[in-house]
Amino acid sequence: MIPFIFRRLFTLVPLLFGITLLVFFLMSLAPGDFLTPIKQQRDISEEYIIELEKQFGLDKPLYQQYFLWLKSVLTLDFGYSWTYKVPVTELLGNRILATFLLSFTSITFAWVIAIPMGVLAAIYQNSIFDRLSASLAYAALSIPEFFLAIVAIYVAAQTGWFPIGGFTSIDYEFMSKSSRLIDIVSHLILPTIVIGIGSIASIMRIMRANFIDAIRAEFVITARAKGVQEGIIMFKHVLRNAINPLISSFGFALSALLSGSLLVEIVMNYPGLGQLIYQSLLREDQFVVLAAIMMSCTLLVIGNLIADIILAWSDPRIRFERDT
Amino acid sequence: MHGLIHESGLSEILKMKQNILKQLLNRPLGFTCIIILAIFYLCAIFAPFIAPYTTSEQNLKKSYHPPTGIIWKEGRLHVKIYKNIDPTAAKYEYSFGNSVPIHFFAKGYPYKFLGLIPSDRHLFQVDRDNKIYLLGSDSTGRDTFSRLVYGSRISLSIGLIAISITMIMGFIVGGLSGYYGGKLDFFTMRIVEFLMAIPGLYLLLALRSALAPYFDSAQMFFLIVIILASIGWAGTARIIRGMSLSIRSRQFVLAAESMGQSSIIILFKHILPNLTSYLLVAATLSIPGYILGEAALSFLGLGIQEPSASWGLMLSQAQNMKVFMLNFWWLLTPGLAIFITVIAFNVLGDILRDIIDPKMKA
Repeated sequence: MIPFIFRRLFTLVPLLFGITLLVFFLMSLAPGDFLTPIKQQRDISEEYIIELEKQFGLDKPLYQQYFLWLKSVLTLDFGYSWTYKVPVTELLGNRILATFLLSFTSITFAWVIAIPMGVLAAIYQNSIFDRLSASLAYAALSIPEFFLAIVAIYVAAQTGWFPIGGFTSIDYEFMSKSSRLIDIVSHLILPTIVIGIGSIASIMRIMRANFIDAIRAEFVITARAKGVQEGIIMFKHVLRNAINPLISSFGFALSALLSGSLLVEIVMNYPGLGQLIYQSLLREDQFVVLAAIMMSCTLLVIGNLIADIILAWSDPRIRFERDT
Repeated sequence: MHGLIHESGLSEILKMKQNILKQLLNRPLGFTCIIILAIFYLCAIFAPFIAPYTTSEQNLKKSYHPPTGIIWKEGRLHVKIYKNIDPTAAKYEYSFGNSVPIHFFAKGYPYKFLGLIPSDRHLFQVDRDNKIYLLGSDSTGRDTFSRLVYGSRISLSIGLIAISITMIMGFIVGGLSGYYGGKLDFFTMRIVEFLMAIPGLYLLLALRSALAPYFDSAQMFFLIVIILASIGWAGTARIIRGMSLSIRSRQFVLAAESMGQSSIIILFKHILPNLTSYLLVAATLSIPGYILGEAALSFLGLGIQEPSASWGLMLSQAQNMKVFMLNFWWLLTPGLAIFITVIAFNVLGDILRDIIDPKMKA
C-alpha cells in the first residue's frame, strides 16, 4: 500500500509543474504586475521600485523568473504577498483551515441527508417520495450556486436568524471559548447548506441508481431464499455494495467543493482559499496565486487518494497493485 | 443507435431526428420544456419589440421602484401610478385612482427589427411622463423587465455558440486521436487530462485576466465564448475518443479502409453519423454549464460589462445590502430566469437520452 501511495503522490510533480507554468505564463500575459499600484504612487522613489523589481526578479526574462520562483519553492519558501504584507505560507494557513472546515461540514451534511434519501427512494421506487425527491434533485442541480448564496443572504437579512456572511463576528476576540464556537458554527450553517444542496442532489441520484442495481443482484435472491430478514438484506448486503461507487466519487466531491465553493465564498464573504485566489488574481499578487493553486491541486490529488484508500478498505476485492 | 447508419447515412439521420422530435413532443414533460425554451428564445430574438425600454434608460427619481400594478379600468388595461413617499428607503405608495392606460403596439424608442428593418413599435408602452415597471426598477431606475429580456440575448446565445465550438473541437480532436491512436492519441490525451485536472473556475479566471487586454468591452462576448469553449472541449474530446476507438474496429470502417477511403472521409462519413445521437444528448446536457459559466463570470464582474445586460451581471448588482434589507425581491428575477432555463435544458437532455438509448441512463 505504501508504494502505491508514493506512486500516486509522484504524479503530483508533473501536474504541479504544468499548472504553475501555465498560470505563470497566463499571469504574465496580463498587463502590469503586482508592483503597478506602487509605481503609480508619487511618493515612492524610482530607486526603491528598481530595488523591489530586482528583489522579486522582475527585471529578468520570464523563464528566469519562473525558475527563480521554482528554486525558492523547493526550499519551501513560497514568497511574500505584496498586498497582504505577510509571507504566503502564513496567509494560506488560515485560509486552508477555513476552506477545509467548510468542505468538511458540507460533505458531511450532504452525505448524511443524501444517502438515506437515496436508499428510501430506491426501496420505495416510483412512490410519491421517489418522484418528489427526484424532482427536488432536478431543481437542486439546476439552481446556480451563487444565486442560492444570494437567496440565503436575503433570507438571513430578512429574518435575522443567521449572520450575513463572514467567518466570525466583529466581537469574536472578546468572546468566551464556548460562545466563540457557537459564533463559528452559526456562521457556517448557511454556506454549508448552500454548498451542500447541489451535492445532496447528485449523491442521492447516484445512490438510488446503485441501490436499485444492487437489489437485483443474485446474492439478494440467495439471501431472501435463505430467509434473511428484509431489513438485514438491505443494510448488510445491498447498502455495502451500493455505496462503493459513491466512495470513489468522494475524492471528486472534495475537489469539486474546493473549486466550486469559490463563488459561494465570494458572495458570502467567507475567507477561504477560493476567495483568496480570486482576490489575489485580480491584484496580480503572483506568489499568492501560484501557491494557492498549488495547494488546491494538491488537495485534489490527496482527496482522490483518500477515496481510493477508503474504497480498498470497504471493498476487500480491490487491490492497490491493479489500479494504477 | 448502433450500426444504424451506413453509406446513405444522411437521409436516415434526418428521419431519426424527426422521430426523436415526435417522441419528445409526445411526452408532457418534454413538450413543456420545449415550449418554455421556445418562449425564452423568441423573447431573446424579439427583445427590442418586447422590452418597453432600452437597457440603459435611467430614471434617477424612480430608483428601486416596485413592480407596477395593473388594473382594468374604463374598458382597457391601466398601470397604477406610484408616488415616492420616502426617497431614502425607496418607499413608493399607490395614490388611489391614479393610473394611465397601456398602449399596445405603440411608438417608443427606435430600433432595428431583427437587426435589419428600422422600427419604433413596441408590444406595450405608457405615456412619456410615466413608466411601466413590470418587474420593478434597479438602483438607477432602469427597467428590470427590459434588462431581463435584453440579457436573455447574451445568456441564451452564449450556450449555443460555445457548445457548437466545443462539440466541433471535441469531435475533431477526440475523433482523430481515437482513430489514429499511437503518439497523437497519447499526446492529446495528456493535454486533455491536464485541462481536466485544473479546477475549471480558476482556469477561467486566469484566462480572462490574460486575454482581457486584447479585447475591448464590445468584444467581451466573444472573449467569454472563447474562454468557455477552450475549457469545455476537453471532456467531450475524451468521451468521443473512446467512442471512435470502438467504432473504428467495426466492420464498416474496416471495409471503408480496405477500399482505400481517406481517413478524413471515414471520420466524417462513417464515424460522425454514429456519434450524432451521443453528440445531441451531450450538447443538450452541457448547455446549462455554459449558461452558468457566463453567469458566474459576469457575476464576478469579469464578463459582460455595463451598460449591456446579462443575467449574471444583473444578479451581481442585486448583491447590495440595501436590496437585502429593504426587500427588493424583483432584482433576484434573473436568478429565476437562469434556473428555469437550466432546468429546462437538463430535463430535455435526460428525456432525449431516454429516447435515444435507454441503456445510457445512469
